[in-house]
Amino acid sequence: MPSGDGSTKSSTKTSKKPQYSRFTQQELPACKPILTPGLVMAAFLILGLAFIPIGLSHLSASDNVVQLIDRYDEACFPASSSNPEEANGKRISYIQDDKTDKTCTRNLTVPQKMKQPIFVYYQLDEFYQNHRRYVRSRNDQQYRSASAERKTANCDPEAEVNGNPIVPCGLIAWSLFNDTYSLSRNDIALPINKNGIAWESDKTSRFGSDVYPKNFQTRSPIGGGKLNEKIPLNQQEDLLVWMRTATLPSFRKLYGRIETDLEENEIIKVVIQNNYNTYTFSGKKKLVISTTTWIGGKNDFLGRVYVTVGGICLLIAITYIIFYLVRPRPLGDPAYLSWNKVPASN
Amino acid sequence: MDSNSQFEISESASQVPDFIRNSSSQRSISPVQSIWSKTSGGRSIREVSFSELESKPVRHGSRGADSEGFSASYKEINDDDARLIYINDPDRTDEKFEFAGNSIRTGKYSILTFLPRNLFEQFHRVAYVYFLVIAILNQLPQLAVFGRGASIMPLAFVLLVTAIKDGYEDYRRHRSDKIENSRLAWVLVNEQFQQIRWKDIRVGQIIKVSANETLPCDMVLLSTSDTTGVAYVQTTNLDGESNLKTRYAKQETQTKNPENEKISGLIKCEKPNRNIYGFQANMDIDKKRISLGPSNIILRGCELKNTEWAVGVAVYAGRETKAMLNNSGAPSKRSHLETRMNREIIFLSIFLVALCTIVSACHGVWLRRHKDELDLMQFYRKKDYSENEVKDYNYYGWGLEIFFVFLMSVIVFQIMIPISLYISMELVRVGQAFFMIQDNRMYDRASNSRFQCRALNINEDLGQIKYVFSDKTGTLTENKMEFKCASIGGIDYSNAQDSTEDGQIGNSAQGGGQVLRPRMKVKVDPELLDLSKRKHTGEGKHVCDFFIALAACNTIVPITVETPDPAVNLIDYQGESPDEQALVYAAAAYGFMLIERTSGHIVLDIHGERQRFNVLGLHEFDSDRKRMSVILGCPDKTVKVFVKGADTSMFSVINRSLHLNMLNVTETHLHTYSSKGLRTLVVGMRELSPSEFEQWQSSYELASTALMGRAALLRKVASNIENHLTILGASGIEDKLQQGVPEAIESLRTAGIKVWVLTGDKQETAISIGYSSKLLTSKMTQIVINNNSKDSCRKSLQDALLMWKKLTADSNATPGGSRTGLNEVALIIDGTSLVYILDTDLEEQLFELASKCDVVLCCRVAPLQKAGIVALIKNRTDDMTLAIGDGANDVSMIQMADVGIGISGQEGRQAVMASDFAMGQFRFLVPLLLVHGHWNYQRMSYMILYNFYRKGILFCYLDTWLFLCSNSVSELELGNGIKNLSVKIRLLDKKDVFG
Repeated sequence: MPSGDGSTKSSTKTSKKPQYSRFTQQELPACKPILTPGLVMAAFLILGLAFIPIGLSHLSASDNVVQLIDRYDEACFPASSSNPEEANGKRISYIQDDKTDKTCTRNLTVPQKMKQPIFVYYQLDEFYQNHRRYVRSRNDQQYRSASAERKTANCDPEAEVNGNPIVPCGLIAWSLFNDTYSLSRNDIALPINKNGIAWESDKTSRFGSDVYPKNFQTRSPIGGGKLNEKIPLNQQEDLLVWMRTATLPSFRKLYGRIETDLEENEIIKVVIQNNYNTYTFSGKKKLVISTTTWIGGKNDFLGRVYVTVGGICLLIAITYIIFYLVRPRPLGDPAYLSWNKVPASN
Repeated sequence: MDSNSQFEISESASQVPDFIRNSSSQRSISPVQSIWSKTSGGRSIREVSFSELESKPVRHGSRGADSEGFSASYKEINDDDARLIYINDPDRTDEKFEFAGNSIRTGKYSILTFLPRNLFEQFHRVAYVYFLVIAILNQLPQLAVFGRGASIMPLAFVLLVTAIKDGYEDYRRHRSDKIENSRLAWVLVNEQFQQIRWKDIRVGQIIKVSANETLPCDMVLLSTSDTTGVAYVQTTNLDGESNLKTRYAKQETQTKNPENEKISGLIKCEKPNRNIYGFQANMDIDKKRISLGPSNIILRGCELKNTEWAVGVAVYAGRETKAMLNNSGAPSKRSHLETRMNREIIFLSIFLVALCTIVSACHGVWLRRHKDELDLMQFYRKKDYSENEVKDYNYYGWGLEIFFVFLMSVIVFQIMIPISLYISMELVRVGQAFFMIQDNRMYDRASNSRFQCRALNINEDLGQIKYVFSDKTGTLTENKMEFKCASIGGIDYSNAQDSTEDGQIGNSAQGGGQVLRPRMKVKVDPELLDLSKRKHTGEGKHVCDFFIALAACNTIVPITVETPDPAVNLIDYQGESPDEQALVYAAAAYGFMLIERTSGHIVLDIHGERQRFNVLGLHEFDSDRKRMSVILGCPDKTVKVFVKGADTSMFSVINRSLHLNMLNVTETHLHTYSSKGLRTLVVGMRELSPSEFEQWQSSYELASTALMGRAALLRKVASNIENHLTILGASGIEDKLQQGVPEAIESLRTAGIKVWVLTGDKQETAISIGYSSKLLTSKMTQIVINNNSKDSCRKSLQDALLMWKKLTADSNATPGGSRTGLNEVALIIDGTSLVYILDTDLEEQLFELASKCDVVLCCRVAPLQKAGIVALIKNRTDDMTLAIGDGANDVSMIQMADVGIGISGQEGRQAVMASDFAMGQFRFLVPLLLVHGHWNYQRMSYMILYNFYRKGILFCYLDTWLFLCSNSVSELELGNGIKNLSVKIRLLDKKDVFG
């Protein structure tokens, strides 16, 4: 509080006169813009003129993204029966069988030239990684240090095997995605770089370098991928990516990077190990190969929002201008106040 | 029904009518009391309608006995509800240990009870209970949406802070209690006064108090250092009035010295009650029965002044003293904005329940649809295989699952109900109160008082006021009376001039080598001053009698104050009525200076000559008679009765056969005075013959010792002697307008606020004040309603409505002339008419008329009628009402209105105690309503709207979310949302992760 100015101070000690200060007298400088027609029109005009270009640049950036999407869960195991339930049953028994070879080959055509780095994602649909039971089934303390390996609270029902703790415990880890892709172009393998796909913070702090997988996926039912027990958790980047649960039931997760350009109309051969079971809940699996721009992957939404809002602002501004030109009226005319309106007008 | 204008105002400070106290207890916390006061409130309204006079009690001092004008409404004490006190025998008095000791405990808690009681009190607030329920729901493992600890933390924090604050306050109270309880007082033990601690004083003990000491408990006076048994007390601690009040010891006990002779007797008095102006008791002593009234009791918290010592017997102690019983809590009202908000919140709660039902239903559908897949579905995993025996994991059947989801969605959606908003609002209000208190524009230099916020929860209502109901005296006017003019013997003396040079001469009196001067100077009329010195002429004699009446016929106590100049002493006239003070100062200025007053005699200094008058009898003012009289034994051995009172009541007892001409002239003068806005009083006298006097004396003694209906008997005795009077003259006292009142009223009316004035004054006075305060203008059409029966009231109301219609029709006929003020209508209505209108079917018509008028002036209204008028508007419209007043007679209206404002002025603190806000001057209403009220309302509204908006946004987001995660409710939704955002940001720099 700024101290008061001396002249207004009371003369006697016992006076209860409040000390003057601009704060207590509510005289601090304040800015309360009066919404004059000019100000409102200018504000809307500026908003409109600023938002539309931003939106258009977003849209064009999104348009420049080249992406290749291939849904392979059905294609890799075509329906053998016209009855969908029966077909699904067969798929389930196929995917649950350890011994069958689940290799599947797909040929994809590059629609446009793709410049490196090109990102390879897997996409799951209708997989509720955000489900209450699922998101909570983990124990970050256990993941962080080897000494806490018995801390399996919240990890049920994948906490222990015969009294020995599972590392990493919990449903999330248990359901690790385990399809693999290997790409080749003209029979020459396209290397996928799987380094540096996880968050740096996950590697350095959330997962310990001394925590090694133990008793993982040793008991039926097997939920997904297995882990190499020689590699500490923070090196297993696929796990780290998976453990970052997705917000929406339909999500993509990074699989790796291709560090060479792909030319238009090139045929990419993808060999898929189709291991992951989404058939039990009719989930979809897709392979996505995509480039990125400054807005990230392909995403028209933000651009459209900008353009729409900008358009509305512009429209309002124009309407106001027209109104102002056609029927102008003085600012702050008290005649328009409800109690000043002449009752004879009704 | 016409009451004495002069007295109406003065009395209110000293005597609170009974029913006002009833209504003031409406605000007390105890439900029992409030129920009681409601029923009694209803009754007293009816009572007032035909005994308005009861509401106007005045104690204009006396020898004390039986001064309560309102005692007729009291029953004589029954044995059942009496308390028996054996004087100087506390053991016998308190045989059954039923009376409270004198130790007080204002602290609420002890160490043991602190936690449960404090928590209990804190959980009186709905918001806390709500938070608690949510937190408890969160503790159930199946439901824990937020972390268990996290959910209890905020509530625990708030509770802890409040508990610490309460505990500290209570500690301070305990400390001050301890100091208070261990103060020492002289108490008679074993025939000797010994010092004992206050807390050990018991009812029935005899206590001796010296000058300037605080009284330890309520006690009945037995004797004082003054031979006539007078004691003066200052009641600042009790009601804020700083003037001295006289209290009397009974003659029967005055002569006894408790140290020499054993006093024993029995006092039978009322059960403890909170009425600080009423006391009713009998004392049996020496086989005589004496009655005791409020002037015989001195109360705890008062200070003894101007009296060397006083001896009394304790009748109420500790928490049963009147001071402690009056420690009631602050009033609580609820603002309109909050009421509105509550409605919205109930609406939201219904919406919440509906939404939770939808969510749980959706969850149920999802469960049903996937019921075969749940066992192994990666993100659900219903089965637990970790044991040999496969069990369901965390699954309780789909019915219970749906129920749990319902409860969980309640926890998650609770943010939709902005309960925390109540706490935010309170914080905001504290801030607003701070700004209002700190405002320099609302600081009153004269009384050195800031604005006070007594109620914290109706700040924003200040911005919504549509009607202001204002008291007149002390609110619009200063209540500093000044003697302006007199009509003596049919001659008008109103050329008062500043008594600078020659006035000073008559203004002082020699006494014991010292010059005595009245503290306040009054302008004098030189002609009248001249006349008053020639007392041997017939005219001069008349003037002398007039001034003797002014100086003697009152209850003023002169107090000598020393000045820096040792040769000059100032006389300060202390009294309960500012009118009387003004009259006595005026008499002093004309050379009739009151030097000394005891209950037996007065000494006047008449132009330098000291004369002693014996006070043989005094009939106090009461509202039935509307006059008071004093019977003086003059130095020339004659006995005279001097009477002063309101004109209406005086003219009926003046002997019209004498001086008829003079009477008529005086009446004309009175009319002129009151139309100038002066308060008028008529003075009369009569010489009593010895036989008349003796007759009066015997009947007076009989009446004052009567057991049944004492007040009525005394009134009768007084009426018998107060007749066939010779008129002496009339006086006009000016009641000055407060600074800035006309401007304030004009600003308020420009702002569209209607200002109504409710006053107890006469119609003429009220109208003239109305003009001087710019409430009325000469352009206004005045509708006056003065009626004596219901039928005539009905007729006037109908006529008035017709007139109004005609006026508006006229104004509509003349184009453009509708808003020029030409057709503004003022309604002037008096209390008598209101008796027939309020609480009857005519109310509706009055409301119709009044709401169309621009100004309403009600004169001669009783306190409860004031409240009735406020209720008239409050119950029929949604408009906010504000009542502002300063006296005890405004208390009922202050409590009735949506916002009550007390003026901390001359008339004590009754109004302030009952008010929501208190300030020093009427004109502060302008910054209060138009600046603070406006801001408070606007800011609070914005805050509430913003809060709803904020919750709405958060809620929309949550809600959409929920349907994207199979209606499973969890705290991580929120976390996920934030993560989603952070992923977007990450994409900008790393471009490799796609969430």
